[in-house]
Amino acid sequence: MLKYILPLILFIVLAVFLALGLNLHPSEIPSPLINKPAPAFFAPKLQTPTEKLSPTDLKGKVWLFNVWASWCASCRSEHPILNQLAQQKAALIVGLNYKDESKAALGWLAQLGNPYDVSIMDQDGRIGIDWGVYGVPETFVIDKQGVIRYKHTGPVTPEDVQQTFLPLIAKLQAEN
Amino acid sequence: MKRLSIVFLLVLSGIACAGVEYRKFASPEQQQAYENLTSELRCLVCQNQTIADSNAELAADLRRQVYEMLQQGKSKQDIAEFMTDRYGDFVLYNPPFKLKTGLLWIGPVVFLLLGLIAVFLFARRKKTAEKIEISAEKRQRIRSLLEKGDQS
Repeated sequence: MLKYILPLILFIVLAVFLALGLNLHPSEIPSPLINKPAPAFFAPKLQTPTEKLSPTDLKGKVWLFNVWASWCASCRSEHPILNQLAQQKAALIVGLNYKDESKAALGWLAQLGNPYDVSIMDQDGRIGIDWGVYGVPETFVIDKQGVIRYKHTGPVTPEDVQQTFLPLIAKLQAEN
Repeated sequence: MKRLSIVFLLVLSGIACAGVEYRKFASPEQQQAYENLTSELRCLVCQNQTIADSNAELAADLRRQVYEMLQQGKSKQDIAEFMTDRYGDFVLYNPPFKLKTGLLWIGPVVFLLLGLIAVFLFARRKKTAEKIEISAEKRQRIRSLLEKGDQS
């Protein structure tokens, strides 16, 4: 009897592991920065490069930090969703223009609309390294205390906005 | 433009792999540290390559970061910590042994042990199967059959 049942059990165990494996997303690496203070930067603004922005300027506000670039194809698909989110004015949206040329970046915003309250430039990718950025687009949610509370890797979908971002922003806005 | 330059670099990389990045080191030890570190850090874009092997832009940025930190006199420990603070243990090809990575380290040993136990059990069962008792009566019959066989 065991002779017949054992292979069956082995098969089921293997099938379960393979099925679980199919639903894993190994390209999404959990960020160690969650619940840590937002890494510091002091970077020129895209539109007015003489002015600089630091995360301390945003203390007391809930903000999204969206990593984007004009050369990034999935940023293009994400862009209209960010534009819609910006219209709701649920939180500040800060852009990190990652490893981009400012001319191309400004052209992109002029052409597709600008969802960002402000964008800063990171031409050599150093701010990206500090934030553990490994793919564009990425979106962080930072609370009023300047702590990173959530990170989304890859383009934000309308479902993500409805199910994750808006509820989280509402919760963070209610905190002190 | 970007895409074109990537294609160009890909074509070029085959020929000029060794010459693309030229770095100057203060000492052979520092160069050794650089080579060790870049071959122990994972490129997070192409996850099965080290940052030493990868042509991804992020890998180049991380190599630059490692180089600069070594120039500043940072130790290998410092640099590994810098990377895990930002990217997590996943960035290390040689992750530290802790609760979260326990299965990774113990897993192969467990599977080896399971295999050994299975082989042991299987071998023992076979041995017992061979030791079937044969009664004296049967033995007699077998012998006579064999002898008959010889005669014919």
